Amino acid sequence: MSQTPFYSLRGISKAFPGVKALDEVQLDLYPGEVMALIGENGAGKSTLVKTMTGIYQPDSGELKLAGESIHLATPDAARKLGITAIHQETVLFDELSVTENIFTGHHLTRGPLKMLDWRAMRSQCVKILADIEAQIDPDILLKHLSIGQRHMVAIARALSFDAKVVILDEPTAALSIYETQELYKIVEKLKSAGCAIMFISHKFDEVFAIADRYTVFRDGCFVDQGKIIDITQAQLVTMMVGRTVDQVYPKENIPLGSNVLKVANFSHPTEFNDLSFELRAGEILGFYGLVGAGRTELMQAIYGVSKITQGSIEVEGVSVIIHSPADAIKAGIVYVPEERQSQGVVLDLPIDQNITLPQLSKINKNGLLNQHSEYALADEYASRLRVKAPNWHEPVGNLSGGNQQKVVIAKWLATQPKVIILDEPTKGIDISSKAAVHSFMSELVKQGLAVIMVSSELPEVMGMSDRIIVMSEGLQVCEFNRADFNAEKIVSAASGGLNEKTIH
Amino acid sequence: MKKLFTSREALLCILILVMTLSVGAIADDFLSIGNLLSIYNDTSILIILALGQMLVIITRCIDLSVAANLALTGMVIAMINSSYPDFPVPLLVLFGALLGLCMGMINGLLVWKLGIPAIVVTLGTMSIYRGVIFLLSDGSWVNAHEMSKVFMQIPRSTFIGVALLSWASIITVAVFYYFTRYARTGREIYAAGNSPTAAFYTGIDVGRSQFIAFSLSGLLAGLCGYLWVSRYAVAYVDVAAGFELQVISACVIGGISIMGGIGTVAGCVLGALFLGVINNALPVIGVSPFWQMAISGGVIVLAVIASSRAEQKSGRIILKNAVLAPSK
Amino acid sequence: MQKITTQKWPLPKDLFSIKKLPWEFFLILITVFVFILSAYASPYFLDPWNLSDATFNFVEKAIVALPLAMLIICRDIDLSVASIIALSSVAMGFAAQYGFNIPVIVIIGISVGMLCGLVNGAVVTHFEIPAIVVTIGTMSLFRGISYILLGDQVLKDYPEGFDYFGQGYIYWVFSFEFMLFLVATLFFYFLLHKTNFGRRCYAIGNNPTAAFYSGINVKRHRLLLFVIVGALAGVAAVLLTSRLGSTRPTIALGWELSIITMVVLGGVNIMGGAGTITGVFIAVFLMGIVTFGLGLLNVPGIVMSIIIGAMLISVIATPVLIKKFSQRKG
Repeated sequence: MSQTPFYSLRGISKAFPGVKALDEVQLDLYPGEVMALIGENGAGKSTLVKTMTGIYQPDSGELKLAGESIHLATPDAARKLGITAIHQETVLFDELSVTENIFTGHHLTRGPLKMLDWRAMRSQCVKILADIEAQIDPDILLKHLSIGQRHMVAIARALSFDAKVVILDEPTAALSIYETQELYKIVEKLKSAGCAIMFISHKFDEVFAIADRYTVFRDGCFVDQGKIIDITQAQLVTMMVGRTVDQVYPKENIPLGSNVLKVANFSHPTEFNDLSFELRAGEILGFYGLVGAGRTELMQAIYGVSKITQGSIEVEGVSVIIHSPADAIKAGIVYVPEERQSQGVVLDLPIDQNITLPQLSKINKNGLLNQHSEYALADEYASRLRVKAPNWHEPVGNLSGGNQQKVVIAKWLATQPKVIILDEPTKGIDISSKAAVHSFMSELVKQGLAVIMVSSELPEVMGMSDRIIVMSEGLQVCEFNRADFNAEKIVSAASGGLNEKTIH
Repeated sequence: MKKLFTSREALLCILILVMTLSVGAIADDFLSIGNLLSIYNDTSILIILALGQMLVIITRCIDLSVAANLALTGMVIAMINSSYPDFPVPLLVLFGALLGLCMGMINGLLVWKLGIPAIVVTLGTMSIYRGVIFLLSDGSWVNAHEMSKVFMQIPRSTFIGVALLSWASIITVAVFYYFTRYARTGREIYAAGNSPTAAFYTGIDVGRSQFIAFSLSGLLAGLCGYLWVSRYAVAYVDVAAGFELQVISACVIGGISIMGGIGTVAGCVLGALFLGVINNALPVIGVSPFWQMAISGGVIVLAVIASSRAEQKSGRIILKNAVLAPSK
Repeated sequence: MQKITTQKWPLPKDLFSIKKLPWEFFLILITVFVFILSAYASPYFLDPWNLSDATFNFVEKAIVALPLAMLIICRDIDLSVASIIALSSVAMGFAAQYGFNIPVIVIIGISVGMLCGLVNGAVVTHFEIPAIVVTIGTMSLFRGISYILLGDQVLKDYPEGFDYFGQGYIYWVFSFEFMLFLVATLFFYFLLHKTNFGRRCYAIGNNPTAAFYSGINVKRHRLLLFVIVGALAGVAAVLLTSRLGSTRPTIALGWELSIITMVVLGGVNIMGGAGTITGVFIAVFLMGIVTFGLGLLNVPGIVMSIIIGAMLISVIATPVLIKKFSQRKG
């Protein structure tokens, strides 16, 4: 093992309006080694990946490759130097074939005219796909593939370069156990070929299985680095969150009330099948699963965004028919979406107008805007959630992610719902907002609301829920009561390990 | 490899054949080779312009200025020809194409460097280019007798029985087929239109792709400026007024998605031919030419409805048995 | 930037800062400048009757520009407005030929406009197709139907008194058309800026998904807007037909582009989400004055198109350029 880093970062800072994403961070990648980057959501990992691959330009600091200072003006420049990344959200082309997705940006050509050599590209594609044991038709359009398959295409794409630095940003989030094992093999191959690898994951078993070194980030700052054999999981966790885990979740024991929501036999042609559950007042029901397990899709169907083939919903014992979000809101069900910026808030509208949006006709009875009563309502809920803004006329786009999330929650609380669905409520927001959202959840259930929380963060699900339903590949795999929570069982159920035992 | 014809193209092919044959059943002349060639010849300019427009639409833009560009280059070279009849025509054609290219580049630069929506840019340049024609010509016409013989003769002369005008479109189709299948720049245009974010991640400059598309659209409009003026033997301010909408219609009928990233040369040509056949068939079967516009409008609406049906979102594929279906 | 601390009802900050001067301010400046220039250049410009005459050239378009601005704010567009005017004019022509009286003719004209708008809106919202494609199609379709119905005929059997809408004066130099335009402006100003309906326009235009998730019936809202645009196109058809006294299928040919130009020039973002009725109102006058002023100076109409085209591009390019320039500096 080499002792000189191959790719290193020094003093890198990057700020966005309202947020300092990276603050003077450093990082070293060694050839033939896997470095695990550890940090919570919002610690700046994705920003770092984008800075390392030329997508973002750092505000200050230095990137060094093989001892030489480099400047990455574009992603292309990074790729030419052999730096490649598999991003968390697969950024690929839906309408292009698998082969072309792999070779876009570095098409193979032949002849003096630089004519594209499709035959060569296809045969290389077949070879790479075989190498990673992915059974994917190289000619199929990407839009026909599942999320796991898309990830394999993204990995195949990264392997099609002569890569020296490979960055894997949560590559296993959407993969099944089998696919994950395949990925480990690929990583081993890359290691023996002398690649410097950066591996980002939330799963500590993975980190300890394949990493040689670790680096910890917290809130955009560098915390520590070292060799993986010198550290324990507990130590990593403490460094990652900056305190011990037990204190993080303000879970309170609240006596459960009557049944509020009953969902029965929910089915969709391609997304999920035969989901049934009940929810009581004062209860927090956690939905856990891998990314792409169908949880968000289920929630959107309950909320009336997508159509189901069969299934029924009862709210407080009364059967309701929900065809649109408007119906759901009327029935007392509201939804805080995962995609905050595209589904949750209207960025250009001010805070008060965002909060009153679902109930304009309730506040302004005759259809005319009454800015005073609107502002008063917004003031009540935005203050309750402690949204940080100069005043409520500020466009939501000027707020930090955490405060935007608070605006979304305020918007829904103002409608006085019975059931609130929180889809990844703390994704991509800073620690203090996160804690605020968690303590607010406790407050909500105390007031008799029923809460559904979809989350991919196991500690969060286990910390906040009274009950957890685990989904895998669109199916309800099993259910845990708080007393029976067991991290290993939940994780293996989510990755499909418990399928046979519980379904039959 | 990708299939040469998608279902949309097959459908269009069948429609065009059925139309041609059924009109042929009424009027025998219609199916004669001479007539079919003349229909193609009539549609040539539309085909050429639609190909340029296709690239622009694939990059999520739109070029409303093609007809104005055509009219301006047409006027400029007609005026040069009438003042200097000895100026070699091939050079004149080249000049026209370059002039068109420049106008396309102006559109492209405004979209690329200033990020102005394409529809606004080309709405503006469309007015400007038309206005400039008036400034140059002072509103007067350049008529057939003012043009040199060679100038008017070139598109009409034939090679292996096919008019040079038709050859121009055949060559353009061939070049575009190559460009969209075997040229890196061409494929990058598709990638940029399909997903600008992913294109950026893979090192493709989306703005540059748009610029290239606009430039090529302009180049072809310039070329068509000559073809149009010499074919119809007249140049004036309102030449080809409103033709940009026919060009866009041809693309839409041919299955080029206005949302970008989707569209083939074959579809584009078939879309143009479809309009061409209708235009030529109506007088033959005794339908007043006043029907032409309504029919092409109706066809556009039906075509987009049909393709929206085909593309309707079916949701993500998560269930295992659902995954099996599309991946064979 | 100064920060005003939270009061019960605080003013938006930056209200008076130079950087955020509204687009309307620059429009007014240009309009006043052109006005003074024209008045200086031609002695006939300031004559009230001349000015009044000049308004006929643009108020019919402007009446359609108002609802179209709302539609564009909602991220849609309607390229078929001029064809709707034609079809609705043809319908009125036939109704007149049939001997219907004036109110019935007017109702038929406006209803046909609404029906066309309904067709546009229904296809756009039901099949989820971009409005630009649909209305390119219906633009040919509606005008095509006018051609089929009318061919090369001219309809001119309008009853006596029908000419009032397009040629009559309410008081002194104030024509019926112009006053109707002012009323329409007030109505749409109120609708867009003072009602729930208007607020939803901005929400949908900025983020249709979030608006839908907030329980807004986005499809119905958009459909309704298409119908409103159609209705106002019908109104414009009444005015134009009455002014010309005859209907040909080529009536209002090419108007869609000048109407859209008015909207964009008025600061409405073609990508949706931003714009005001005030801006469109001023832009209408700007275009009117420029046309009229140049006309007095014997500049032919087509040259106008160069100026309007250049204005269209430069009004959008200028803020971008200023931003680029100021970024480079600071």
